[in-house]
Amino acid sequence: MEVTIKIFRYNPEKDKKPSFKTYKLEAPETDRVLDLLEKVKGYQDGTLSFRRSCAHGICGSDAMRINGFNRLACKTLVRDTGAKITVEPILGLRVIKDLIVDMEPFFEHYRSIKPWLINDDPEPEKERYQSPDQRALFDDTTKCILCACCTTSCPSFWGSEKYVGPAAIVAAHRFIFDSRDKAASERLKILNDLWGIHRCHTVFNCTMACPREIQVTKAIGEVKMALTLGKLD
Amino acid sequence: MKTHQFEVIVIGAGGAGLMAGLYASKTAKTAIITKLYPTRSHTGTAQGGIGAALGSEEEDHPEWHTYDTVKGSDYLGDQDAIEFMCSEAVQAVYELEHMGLPFDRTPEGKISQRPFGGHTNNVTGKPVKRACHAADRTGHMILQTLYQQCMKNNVNFFDEFQVVDLLMVNGAAAGVVAMELATGEMHVFHAKSVIFATGGHGRIWEITSNAYAFTGDGPAVAMRRGLPLEDMEFFQFHPTGIYKLGILITEGVRGEGGILINGKGERFMEKYAPKVKDLASRDVISRAIYMEIREGRGVNGQNYVYLDVRPESVNRYAALDGRTNLDGSPVNLTGEQILAKLPDIVDFCRVYLGVDPVTQLMPIQPTAHYAMGGIPTNKYGETLLDENNTTVPGFYAAGECACVSVHGANRLGTNSLLDLVVFGKHAGLRAAEFAKGNDFQPLPDNPTGFAQAQFDRIRHADGKENAFDIGRTMKKVMFDDMGIFRSGKGMQNALNVVRELKERYKHVSVTDDGTIFNMELMNVWELGNLLDLAEVTTVSALARTESRGGHSREDYPDRDDKNWLKHSLAWVRDNGKIDLKYKPVVITKFEPKVRTY
Repeated sequence: MEVTIKIFRYNPEKDKKPSFKTYKLEAPETDRVLDLLEKVKGYQDGTLSFRRSCAHGICGSDAMRINGFNRLACKTLVRDTGAKITVEPILGLRVIKDLIVDMEPFFEHYRSIKPWLINDDPEPEKERYQSPDQRALFDDTTKCILCACCTTSCPSFWGSEKYVGPAAIVAAHRFIFDSRDKAASERLKILNDLWGIHRCHTVFNCTMACPREIQVTKAIGEVKMALTLGKLD
Repeated sequence: MKTHQFEVIVIGAGGAGLMAGLYASKTAKTAIITKLYPTRSHTGTAQGGIGAALGSEEEDHPEWHTYDTVKGSDYLGDQDAIEFMCSEAVQAVYELEHMGLPFDRTPEGKISQRPFGGHTNNVTGKPVKRACHAADRTGHMILQTLYQQCMKNNVNFFDEFQVVDLLMVNGAAAGVVAMELATGEMHVFHAKSVIFATGGHGRIWEITSNAYAFTGDGPAVAMRRGLPLEDMEFFQFHPTGIYKLGILITEGVRGEGGILINGKGERFMEKYAPKVKDLASRDVISRAIYMEIREGRGVNGQNYVYLDVRPESVNRYAALDGRTNLDGSPVNLTGEQILAKLPDIVDFCRVYLGVDPVTQLMPIQPTAHYAMGGIPTNKYGETLLDENNTTVPGFYAAGECACVSVHGANRLGTNSLLDLVVFGKHAGLRAAEFAKGNDFQPLPDNPTGFAQAQFDRIRHADGKENAFDIGRTMKKVMFDDMGIFRSGKGMQNALNVVRELKERYKHVSVTDDGTIFNMELMNVWELGNLLDLAEVTTVSALARTESRGGHSREDYPDRDDKNWLKHSLAWVRDNGKIDLKYKPVVITKFEPKVRTY
């Protein structure tokens, strides 16, 4: 089918301000939006710039706004978008060039919650035991690929990039509910900040945006509950 | 040009690079340079598990793992290195668990394990549960966990820096040159030790499970600096890629009881591997699928067969094969359990095929997957200069870009993640130790000159040729003639086409003349790497007149231990000519014998 793809373009070395450019191409409906971007780059405009790597929804490189929704370009098919497609960079982060944004503020929030297992007990010779039920408590939040679809769909984050954002809370959840981790209270304290978890107003944009189908709002709710009840320690 | 100085520089932030960086940084000033954000690395796409003889659920031994790996390698793997890897495996997996890796658990809370192709109980010959897993995202969890540990330990990162040259002075490593993608600026990293952990080059082939990033940068850069590449003719085709797309469907599907079905609805692996059937080695299964297709038993006469993991099929074939649960009760898997064990596989099939594997069959075809060959190293990650195993001072390699060789002619599933963790660690330790005992080499005059000249040639080419066309032609001919089955005639055709493409590449077009994230320029440079490696792969393959593991020739169908029980080493000389030499395989305990499953 013939597809029309309208792409946000901005090259700071040449353009005073961003603009949209429209490209037409033939594509089967099983093509990924990423395939379309590659074809445009290969045959129509080599200057088009975007990040990509694995091309099947695992590496998290190609988060973008597709027809108004945050999606991974490699996990969105023409079958889903229809023949008219608009592609923009994710919102709330500085655009560097075309669809490439500055991810540093996003990763800074991720690092702020100390996303690593904290447990200073002496290590056993073999594995630390954990029951399947204990493991299940944080299974969903281990799926996060740090693509930023959730955080950059959140109105609170659009309001201020100081907000820690759903992705960082998901990362905190993954450790707070891990029976092997000893730093739940430390992480909860970090999230109890002015720019922390209370900026979440349960809009559910994050849950809808997550390409890994993580129940982000639910995870944030569980962290809020832990904070309120102080049950973890 | 900016210059930085570190004792140890690691290139690549997948499993091997992060592990190397983590260990080197304990004692040496270390930085990791990566062309992607670390969490985008291809390790993250590994699915089914990491192999280690923990014996969580049934009897297993590192010695069995060693033998299975030797046999899987079709006896081309070096047995001293394989024994080393398999005995380190158990502690490596426990270490990952201590770092926080969320493995799935057995009912008593131990690390859960599943069967995988080629991993057996050496007494009964039956599949053994050796793959330690976190659902079907084990690689993702390894990558996340190691990156988290690097953050915890304040390892330095240079993200989105593309390494474009290796600096060698007085025969030793002196550092690397990298382009900062955000600015286009060249940076010189002056180092005592350099570790390449740059991954594979599966983007040479049309149908591939590999990321766009897998363009063989490390081996290509090393080769341009006069170093050899080992066993490049051996490249693994994974039996189960999603039809046309090549996206990986883990062997774990068959580990959980899935079976392969041809167009006539028949299970066919019993014919090719009567003992372990659908859990034979990958090379064996990929060839079987091609044989079925060639004899007209593909689905609807097309180039694909089905993978079936519907619960009723799994349970039926388990009963037929006499497989039971560990307590002896019959296998009675439900759709819900399949979804819990293989959530990403179910998701891929739903998104890309509109197929639900819990109730429908998955159309699959073999997909280019893994480079057994690469930069020659010993088991400490030290790179090797020649057929006498002379080491290159200060230069190390680990992971898929390296060839230790533990995978020989065919890698067993789960051994790549193990390779990353074990040899990444040892390369890091050795590199740091070397840095403590040695001074910096002086930087050469004009350190960026060699790399800059390559980019100048690309930027100033006459622009008559389209890079995408060149890439597509390469991928097609390599898949058709340098794929699962090969012949002298076909490979010669592939070589002719690749050489023609290398000529056309001299006239390639780059329209983006900017400096900020000039991805077009970078992609064209990467294409040059792929072309160089495609040529070396084909030349190495043409010379090897036998069939072994992943290198299967119709004109030489048998393994020939008398003449070919040896590793190949390929050098590209300054005039572009490729020279081949050979070195013996290390055999310690297991004399080569006929390989059946």
